Amino acid sequence: MNSKQSTDDLSAIDRIWKSFASVKLTIALLLSLAATSIIGTLIPQNEAPGAYLQTFGETLYQIFSLLGLFDMYHSWWFRALILLLVVNIIVCSIDRLQATWKIIFARNPRFNITRYRQLKNKTEFNADGADASLIDRYLPVISRRFRYHRREETDQGFAIYAEKGRLTRLGVYVVHLSVVVLLIGGLIGSIFGFEGFVNLGPGDSASTIRLRHNNQILPLGFEIRCDDFKVEFYDTGAPKEFRSSLSILKEGKVVEQKDIIVNDPLRYEGISFFQSSYGNLPPNEVILNFTSQATGMIYSQKAAIGTPVVIPEDLGTFTLKQFTRQADFRGHNIGEAFIGVLTPQNSQPVDVTLPLKFPSFDKMRKGDVFIAIADFVPRYYTGLQVSRDPGVWVVYFGFILMIIGIYITFFMSHQQICVEVTPHDLKSQVMVAGTSNKNKMGMQKKVKQLAHQLANRASDNK
Amino acid sequence: MNSSLILSIITFVYGLAGFLYIFAWIFKKPAAGKLASWVAIIGLTGNTVGIILRWVESYRMGIGHAPFSNLYESLVFFAWTIALIYLVIERKAANRSIGAFTMPIAFLAMAYASLKTGISSEIQPLIPALKSNWLIAHVVTCFIGYAAFATSFGIGAMYLMKQGRDAEEVTWLDIAKPLTLFVFVLLFSRVLLVGNWAMAIIIALPLCLIFYLAVFLTRRMPADMKDRLLGVFPEAAILDELNYQVTLFGFLFLSIGIISGAVWANSAWGRYWGWDPKETWSLITWFIYATLLHARLMRGWRGRRIAYLSLVGFAAVLFTYFGVNLLPGLHSYGAFSQ
Repeated sequence: MNSKQSTDDLSAIDRIWKSFASVKLTIALLLSLAATSIIGTLIPQNEAPGAYLQTFGETLYQIFSLLGLFDMYHSWWFRALILLLVVNIIVCSIDRLQATWKIIFARNPRFNITRYRQLKNKTEFNADGADASLIDRYLPVISRRFRYHRREETDQGFAIYAEKGRLTRLGVYVVHLSVVVLLIGGLIGSIFGFEGFVNLGPGDSASTIRLRHNNQILPLGFEIRCDDFKVEFYDTGAPKEFRSSLSILKEGKVVEQKDIIVNDPLRYEGISFFQSSYGNLPPNEVILNFTSQATGMIYSQKAAIGTPVVIPEDLGTFTLKQFTRQADFRGHNIGEAFIGVLTPQNSQPVDVTLPLKFPSFDKMRKGDVFIAIADFVPRYYTGLQVSRDPGVWVVYFGFILMIIGIYITFFMSHQQICVEVTPHDLKSQVMVAGTSNKNKMGMQKKVKQLAHQLANRASDNK
Repeated sequence: MNSSLILSIITFVYGLAGFLYIFAWIFKKPAAGKLASWVAIIGLTGNTVGIILRWVESYRMGIGHAPFSNLYESLVFFAWTIALIYLVIERKAANRSIGAFTMPIAFLAMAYASLKTGISSEIQPLIPALKSNWLIAHVVTCFIGYAAFATSFGIGAMYLMKQGRDAEEVTWLDIAKPLTLFVFVLLFSRVLLVGNWAMAIIIALPLCLIFYLAVFLTRRMPADMKDRLLGVFPEAAILDELNYQVTLFGFLFLSIGIISGAVWANSAWGRYWGWDPKETWSLITWFIYATLLHARLMRGWRGRRIAYLSLVGFAAVLFTYFGVNLLPGLHSYGAFSQ
């Protein structure tokens, strides 16, 4: 009873193993991955729920959300497909490697003369001479082309067997291994790594960053400071260079300094800072023009936020209070503006709005003095992508494995040849036959070439 | 003589070569075929000179960079690679009929680059994201892959013509095939030619009709005429093998292209893979060709099914190349300007 059960179990495991060792499954999985991946390129991924609701409506939103289509490459079912593919790859590889192990790692490769005699891919010619010396003449030609060779006697005469590229049979396993290595690297990255960002104005520093996927704050363990940020443009208006001068500080001391540009990040303690974006900051300092209504004189003065400026002609003082991205005027958004307070000599302070887009806006106030922004130095913040990915070297290793593996698998082959010499009186019949596990057409050519060369070799020595 | 002028002349040279290959094939004129080869070689040489000159010109303008930085330059390089790969195949297979199906693709790529509005042929300075040593490696490997797949598309089409109708074809395939064709043609006329779906339908419908008219007429053709047309093609088995070899070559380069892109992305954006639409589509293409290779090597698929897969694969290539411009993402450099 017990033993019957265990054989049943075995066959169940066997059946599962067999179904995972099927190439049909591989094809189904590859095509499913290809087909489902399309979805995520049609639906923008990881956007705000509101945007999706607006596009798809309530019902579709619920369905898509349930299927994880808004972050589909991280959804359970997409991950399950990848996992199935990995299991499939591993099982297939083990299954096939077991079968070919003996061929690949045989110390003395076995040759079977009848197999070569039956090959379609063979060339025969007649040569003068009927002794082993023919073989001695052929051997150097063959050894130049094939790493392994040996001679043997056959029932009809002599034979040289030669082969090369036995280990190239492993190429496909290298490719399969590389896929597994890539995914392990990705997994390491997603468990032990992070992806975040931090925005810094010139002079600002931060010791924490914000994570991209959940918006949480993460402490860095050191301080990152932006010493300077510059944007350069071409004459066409296209951006030329974004350059952030960064310093890393530990306990207040600068331990590392570097200017980063796109494609050239700063790396420190496994954390990398990439130049990723930039944006406008409120200007620190502006040049204000005060126009006196009484005399028509224009006075230009520098002003900084919070510092009162005394206006000539005893017109009072003016203090910039703040910068706002969206100023409001009677319910209309008038864009970026400074808000300030004008305190005339003998009356109540008034709020003054100075929009950057409309320089003569303040004229409408019809006060004793008309204030306008004459000039300001634009200030930018730098947007840094901050990431840590300890799996990246594993992934790179996987990349190298994959390229080497694909090259070996498709462009190298295990080639075996056999040259048999059958003496007939004073002449010999020579058969050159060859086979390879891949690129049979190329092998056919090779066998013909070799036969041609051997035939010439024989006549040369005559 | 500047590079733009040379490259516009090359468009016509490729067009002439394609025409001569087709002429030589249909009217069985070996002399025209020989001439076609020479014209193609001249085209390839001129194309090479044009690319190098453009490179030199960019340095003279003080914004020196390899000429692989926008849609125009990539199309020019695409045509160059197709012409090169085809000429190698012509030598190896010793058959010029393949030229009738591949050189026109090189011509169309060049013509599209020169004629489509929104593709600027001016040499533009590099934006910060493209200033990297990976630019050359990434673009060159990707486009060698794309060009190999374009060639495999041409050879796959030849195979299907040569083999003709499958005797045991099922009815649903009879309906599915024209529908698939229409969807693909519609998609690509929308992506490549016009800005809205209504116009795309107006273009796609007659194109499909012409195609099926041609198929219909071919079937009605007298047997000896058909034999003459298809007889000059290489043997079906050789076409199948050639298609496979070119696909292998393309697959190797597509893999290197995706990998170099990943390494570049990691040094520019801090991540090697981000499921950006272009990245995803290149992976979809990779999956399709990986399927083809597994089906052929492990399941013994040959002939028609492989030929169809290589057509679908090339559609994925085209979508990776052009279609992605309709979708949001980071790879905007290769896009049309508005």
